[in-house]
Amino acid sequence: MSILVGRGSRVLVQGITGRDGSFHALQMKEYGTKVVAGVTPGKGGTKVDGIPVFDSVEEAVARTKADVSVIYVPAALAQDAIYEAVDAEVPLVVCITEGIPARDMIDVAAYLKGKSTRLIGPNCPGLISPGQCKVGIMPGFIHSPGRVGLVSRSGTLTYEVVWQLTRAGMGQSTCIGIGGDPIVGTRFVDALALFQADDATDAIVLIGEIGGTDEEDAAALIERHVSKPVVAFIAGQTAPPGKRMGHAGAIVSGGAGTAQEKMARFERAGVPVAKVPSEIPGLIANALRAKRRPGLKLVGARSRARTASSAKAKARPTPRTKSGARKVSATMKPKAATQAKPSTRKRSSARTARAGRSPRR
Amino acid sequence: MNLHEHQGKELFRAAGIPVPPGEVARTAEEAVAIAGRLGYPAVVKAQVLIGGRGKAGGVKVVRTPEEMAREAGRILGMDIRGHTVHKVLVTPSAEIGLELYAGIVLDRKTETPLLMASPAGGIDIEEVARSTPEKILRLHLDQRGLPDYRARAAAQFLDPRWEVRKQLARVLVRLARVYREQDASLAEINPLVVTKKGEVWALDAKVVIDDNALDRHPELAEMRDLGAEDPGEVEARERGLSYVRLDGTIGCVVNGAGLAMATMDLIQYHGGKPANFLDIGGSSNPDKVTAAMNILTRDSRVRAVLFNIFGGITRCDDVARGLLTALDRIGTKTPIVIRLTGTNEAEARELLGARGMTALSDMDEAVRAVIARAAEAA
Repeated sequence: MSILVGRGSRVLVQGITGRDGSFHALQMKEYGTKVVAGVTPGKGGTKVDGIPVFDSVEEAVARTKADVSVIYVPAALAQDAIYEAVDAEVPLVVCITEGIPARDMIDVAAYLKGKSTRLIGPNCPGLISPGQCKVGIMPGFIHSPGRVGLVSRSGTLTYEVVWQLTRAGMGQSTCIGIGGDPIVGTRFVDALALFQADDATDAIVLIGEIGGTDEEDAAALIERHVSKPVVAFIAGQTAPPGKRMGHAGAIVSGGAGTAQEKMARFERAGVPVAKVPSEIPGLIANALRAKRRPGLKLVGARSRARTASSAKAKARPTPRTKSGARKVSATMKPKAATQAKPSTRKRSSARTARAGRSPRR
Repeated sequence: MNLHEHQGKELFRAAGIPVPPGEVARTAEEAVAIAGRLGYPAVVKAQVLIGGRGKAGGVKVVRTPEEMAREAGRILGMDIRGHTVHKVLVTPSAEIGLELYAGIVLDRKTETPLLMASPAGGIDIEEVARSTPEKILRLHLDQRGLPDYRARAAAQFLDPRWEVRKQLARVLVRLARVYREQDASLAEINPLVVTKKGEVWALDAKVVIDDNALDRHPELAEMRDLGAEDPGEVEARERGLSYVRLDGTIGCVVNGAGLAMATMDLIQYHGGKPANFLDIGGSSNPDKVTAAMNILTRDSRVRAVLFNIFGGITRCDDVARGLLTALDRIGTKTPIVIRLTGTNEAEARELLGARGMTALSDMDEAVRAVIARAAEAA
């Protein structure tokens, strides 16, 4: 299993006739993603690499039952593209586009409240459930199926960490790039809640960076509601204040949002913080080993969670897990978990590729 | 993009926020002429894109043309925290009764603009937030903007006198409008003053425009003061690179912002000092690599350069070609350490190998290597 996208996900590409859209539609298809439709207004009736193109999202959804939309349109058109997908009630919308004005996203964020659509991004690489489904621009070959969940505000730094995990024999359940903008649809807390509730995820890697307080919120959530081991890394320890470091959201302003604050907050929450990216696989392996050994602190809550996760797909989560997940969706965002259910079928194959076992030395 | 005070005041004036008259001078003579028209006592204010002008001696009240000539001459050309003053704003001095604060920022947590108003103006609002947080009123703005009744309530917190309150409420409503219509990420009036006669004036303006929105505000994009920015940063922006100058000796060229930050951090972790943040983005266009190399090699502090490329959609062989082209064009002697991993890594190694260059594949190893090369070059 995995979160948000899986083998059964049916993906539509908004902006499929553009340079990026057409290139990545093909890449996703080659990875094995079911790319069922494309949308470009005025190009309906044509095809891109055998993928039918429609004039509107509504029409594409009606004809192909697409349940995930990935947006590759230019920044000036992105707000409209998101609105179109939300109004067509697509459960999961992934916006890759970089450079969307904050004002456009303020309006999108307000419009999304109370809607059933979950937005990931913008300014993100997308998400991937290795071996099942890739929605975005990440290179597929660096991933391998397994049981480590990963959530990150970055693109290539995520690839770096994924590659190190893969080489250490730790496959991934799902890797989500939530995006580098100040306003994004899905935040760390949302992704953590999904991973906590996911039977196929044993441990979580969180890659944050300077700017904002989403990492601090994540640490607070982990203290109360996440029983699975989490390892964090924060980029930007050497970033000067007041300067934007590439990502629109990566800025230390008024002394707030520094890497040091975020790292200290995670440490207070008992989350190991990697000093350098190459420490991450080792920290994950340690955390998983500690969890398996009886008699350590938190063993009560964690072993119960463990039992639940090793049980059948429909196993009931522990009361703590369940209330945690519920609390998150109630307080953070009123969004339905748009879990891709069909992936449950492939649990057995995910289990054979279970991570966290091989690095035991 | 940060606007100068005088540019921010123009936006305020156009929106109907009361701003005292004022003009920009580039020489002491101009400053004296302007003050002659506007009258004494006058204030001469350095126009630099950094805070703390007052403390640095960049703002002075003057009473005579002689004093103006002396002070304007002193301020023009002075250095304020690394920024040279090229122009001053000359404006009449106001009889200040009260100094208040009003500012709007984006609150990332609630995903809405946040209006902050405080009767403790004239000082750094972050200082007020730390020492006396009860003196700041915080109002989240929704899609209605700032309705009049909320503006009146906020104004009452600032000054309960009805005649003043009415004026303040108008200023807050208009400030909220400027923030939204101009795609600002910060719009701040500090101080917002009430004169002894009970008139309200915006004595300062700090406005930051969302870079992502400049395409739809060509008139604001034109306000960019290239002379006030780091030349490397200006060139980088023109070439579609994202570059920030730092204090160290090790230049870095990286694809992706997160990896670029992590590379800087890793340089420091292993005992070196990064000279810059530089993201060449997803493209492997040789022109971008050349531009990056140009910026870094022109910087005399840079003793060695690290290329850290994680090939995904970006292909390693394209970056290698770009680098070789760049080296042919600029022929630098600065030592270069290359780290390549991912898509078309083998092809890239072959291209580099044909020119006697090697590439590492591990990031930590590459960082240690570049630190060693920089130490040798010192």
